Amino acid sequence: MTIDWLHFSPWTSLLGGALIGLAAGGLMFSLGRIAGISGILAGMFSTTGNERVWRVAFVLGLLTAPVLARLTVGLPVMTFEASPTTLVVAGLLVGLGTRYGFGCTSGHGICGLSRLSARSLAATLLFMAGGFVTVYGMRHVLGGAA
Amino acid sequence: MRAIFAYLMGLLFGVGLMVAGMTNPAKVLGFLDLAGAWDPSLMGVMVGAIIVTLGIFTLTRQRGVSCLGAPLQWPSATNIDRPLIFGNVLFGVGWGLAGICPGPAIVGVGAGVPQAVIFAAAMLLGMAVHGVLTRKRS
Repeated sequence: MTIDWLHFSPWTSLLGGALIGLAAGGLMFSLGRIAGISGILAGMFSTTGNERVWRVAFVLGLLTAPVLARLTVGLPVMTFEASPTTLVVAGLLVGLGTRYGFGCTSGHGICGLSRLSARSLAATLLFMAGGFVTVYGMRHVLGGAA
Repeated sequence: MRAIFAYLMGLLFGVGLMVAGMTNPAKVLGFLDLAGAWDPSLMGVMVGAIIVTLGIFTLTRQRGVSCLGAPLQWPSATNIDRPLIFGNVLFGVGWGLAGICPGPAIVGVGAGVPQAVIFAAAMLLGMAVHGVLTRKRS
């Protein structure tokens, strides 16, 4: 294993993580809810009334964060390498997988691990393993065909 | 009031994702590429996020009620069953294919990145398909 020191950014990663934690903790502190993005997204369509309102408001916050960035410090770099076909397949898998698996990086990886949930630890290890194996296959077996 | 707090938390979450580099798929893939030039940054994101979340969760649990007076809705499921395993492996494969998870996908849409729009549309379709499939069974 070689470390990519050029791109390694420990301080901004820790700071960004802390801000994510402030938001995830803050949602429980204020609304009593888990900040699981996939669950909130799906819930926008399956709930009504007040249950829908807070979810839509949260997603609007996510959507306007880059607008705020653009108006102030500028947008961060977002380099998308995947082809449109890969994006569609990946999107479908993430949509299906996060519903069957009851959560994603935020719900299981951050909130679940912060609750010391064994179920979320299993979920996190599984999706991480899925990601590691897939990238290994794409880059080192198929040679970055996508 | 709930909507205002929810909006602000969403905004803060989105800012955190951008600061952390999670909204850059190339960086996420750099973390998932153990066999290549490995960028461990995302470990830092997890550590930073969990320390702060764990702290606020503990404080909130001690208070017993949210600051807006809402009951605390902690997830109750503890079983590691087949849907959990199947779903998270599927999610991991999708994450590895494009380097995008749900939060960053939505931030990408807000930034007007066409690839993020394609991904997010497919993701919502996948969620809808799950809804249809599970509704039929029950």
